[in-house]
Amino acid sequence: MDLVQLQRQLVDYRTSLYHEGFLDEQFTQLKELQDENNPDFVVEVVSLFFEDSERLLNELSKALEQQVIDFKRIDAHVHQFKGSSSSIGAQRVQKLCIVFRNFCEAQNVEGCLKCLQQVKHEYSIVKTKLESMFQLERQILNAGGSVPV
Amino acid sequence: MVMTTAKVFTAVVSCVTALMLVHIIPDLLSVKTRELFLKNKAAELDREMGLIRTQEETGRHVRMLTHEIRSTLDRHTILKTTLVELGRTLALEECALWMPTRTGLELQLSYTLHQQNPVGYTVPIHHPMINQVFSSSHVVKISPNCPVARIRPAGKYMPGEVVAVRVPLLHLSNFQINDWPELSTKRYALMVLMLPSDSARQWHVHELELVEVVADQVAVALSHAAILEESMRARDLLMEQNVALDLARREAETAIRARNDFLAVMNHEMRTPMHAIIALSSLLQETELTPEQRLMVETILKSSNLLATLINDVLDLSRLEDGSLQLDLGTFNLYAVFREVLNLIKPIASVKKLHVSLNMAPELPEYAIGDEKRLMQTILNVVGNAVKFSKDGSILISAFVAKAELLRDSRTPEFFPVPGDNHFYLRVQVKDSGIGVSPQDIPKLFTKFAQTQSTAIRNSGGSGLGLAICKRFVNLMEGHIWIESEGLGKGCTAIFMVKLGIPERLNESKLAFMPKVPPNLGPAAFPGLKVLVMDENGVSRMVTKGLLVHLGCDVTMVSSSEECLRVVSHEHKVVFMDVCVSGMDGYEIAIRIQEKFTKRHERPIIVALTGNTDKVTKEKLMRVGMGGLILKPVSLDKMRSVLSDLLEHRVLFEAV
Repeated sequence: MDLVQLQRQLVDYRTSLYHEGFLDEQFTQLKELQDENNPDFVVEVVSLFFEDSERLLNELSKALEQQVIDFKRIDAHVHQFKGSSSSIGAQRVQKLCIVFRNFCEAQNVEGCLKCLQQVKHEYSIVKTKLESMFQLERQILNAGGSVPV
Repeated sequence: MVMTTAKVFTAVVSCVTALMLVHIIPDLLSVKTRELFLKNKAAELDREMGLIRTQEETGRHVRMLTHEIRSTLDRHTILKTTLVELGRTLALEECALWMPTRTGLELQLSYTLHQQNPVGYTVPIHHPMINQVFSSSHVVKISPNCPVARIRPAGKYMPGEVVAVRVPLLHLSNFQINDWPELSTKRYALMVLMLPSDSARQWHVHELELVEVVADQVAVALSHAAILEESMRARDLLMEQNVALDLARREAETAIRARNDFLAVMNHEMRTPMHAIIALSSLLQETELTPEQRLMVETILKSSNLLATLINDVLDLSRLEDGSLQLDLGTFNLYAVFREVLNLIKPIASVKKLHVSLNMAPELPEYAIGDEKRLMQTILNVVGNAVKFSKDGSILISAFVAKAELLRDSRTPEFFPVPGDNHFYLRVQVKDSGIGVSPQDIPKLFTKFAQTQSTAIRNSGGSGLGLAICKRFVNLMEGHIWIESEGLGKGCTAIFMVKLGIPERLNESKLAFMPKVPPNLGPAAFPGLKVLVMDENGVSRMVTKGLLVHLGCDVTMVSSSEECLRVVSHEHKVVFMDVCVSGMDGYEIAIRIQEKFTKRHERPIIVALTGNTDKVTKEKLMRVGMGGLILKPVSLDKMRSVLSDLLEHRVLFEAV
């Protein structure tokens, strides 16, 4: 695939991510912060997000498997997750976190478990999509072009 | 021898006698004179004793008389008693009292001792003898032939001596504080006393003195009686007024209840159709429309929004009356408000073939601080009235900054505008060439529901509330509104002045700033600014750092409150703190940081980053002394403007 096509593909892909609600304004903000002083800002932040999220999701699974469920702790984790997802603009994940927190407050185990599944699902989708996007960007850079804004 | 002795003896005795006589005779004489002297003295003393006794008696009489007179507050009894007692004490034949008539031109015989019912016998007041009596404060002997003295049956006898004395009639109005009653305006009554005829009695000095004293006492007693009468009358009047006031109050209460009931009903009736109009117009806007249609729908929506606001205000009349209504202050574009009014009014004006022009003075600031909605409402109401009451012609709207000298208008002495640095007075004049208002109706214009009787006005409709509401709003804006008109048919000028704030230059530049600078450029807006970021969440911490680094700041990151307290130094100008922090309460940290820096200028500004903003959070922040609150997620532009605000003012408050 030649450069122009790659670039077009990237743009379309990105647009679809926004359109489908996977990403929101905040992601655009992140991109604005990337400049010559900070050329890999977005990738760095997103990688950190992935690490953080995996850790949190593990903790959540473990917490919900306990005999006696510590809702406070679960709520704290979800709050963290909500914070990070909103920081990078992962809209769908963030919205789910809000729902999750409501279940926590209501101390609804069923609801929490269901939510956790949904969050895990959404997270893996957005992770895959972001990784694909980054791959496209790398391809473009390797082909000698510049990533369209 | 015996003879010689006897002769010598006789001679000696004669000598001695002679000698002795020489001494004795003067002594005898002096004794005699002294005797005479003493006798005279005794006689004098007797006389004096007699006088004293009479005086004492007189005094006793006076006291008794006074007592009698003062024992009653009834005017008639006072006078009657006086005459009776005087008559008895002085053994008078007749005693009479002449009172001045209402006209003051005659004296009327009011009381006599012996005649039971004196029949309206009058005597003109300007008689030389009477004048003589009136002009003297003493008792005056008058001739028995004087008209006032001729009240006895025609005397076959030698009439007794007559005296007369004036009795001052003091009126309440004569008693001013620090002011003695003027003698010239006094009214006098005349008391005439007649000694029995054929008694050859004469008036004695002590008797005359008695009469004078009595006359004065009578005057005092009469004035007391008058005061009492006056106060009784006043009390009756007050009672009547009380009853009337009570009735009025009850009527007013009924009226207020009726008005409130009316408002409650109309509330619902008015709001329902309004909501329908607004809702349906909004829905209509969402559909496919041609540009002209869209414009029309927009105008409908704008007008109905204004109308809805007006209805809300009208139906909250009681809130306006209470003064509990508060202005919604904000920064707004002054020119835009006027343009909006013009746009709303132009269609109606052009239908009536009225020409509307707007003249805005160049020195008017573009932005002002005030209640935009209500200012627009006021202008619209005033302009609307101008359009409503004009059949043709033109309407001129002019707006300018009121000059300091012209702020004090002689026509509005109760208005005291104070010029200052951060506010100005906007003066708006709306001049029309319509039917005008007659001068006596002008004060009524601002009264609710009051309408003038002109049929033209009645036909145009309107509830008469508009100007009353405008006046309330203008008053809330610390201004004044009034109408001038030269009369019916001569047009009308409505003028109002309101106080508006001048926005800080920063806000103006902020409004201009943001659209102009593209987000990609604008790096290093705050070069080297040392800031501290505290956030437990790694991702969000990194993003915040990225933002600040992009803006040129020198960022230190910490991930816990303890670390924050350890690391923070006076070099950090701003601390961004995520307050949804487990463990130590974010607010507590803020307090600790502030404690760490005793000197105010060393303290960093603390800004809270949070995902939720509610009243509780905000209040907590204010209490703790944080510089502001930012809602996550933070965009680049937001961060930029937050930093500029903070550094300019040291306080932000809320950036959403």
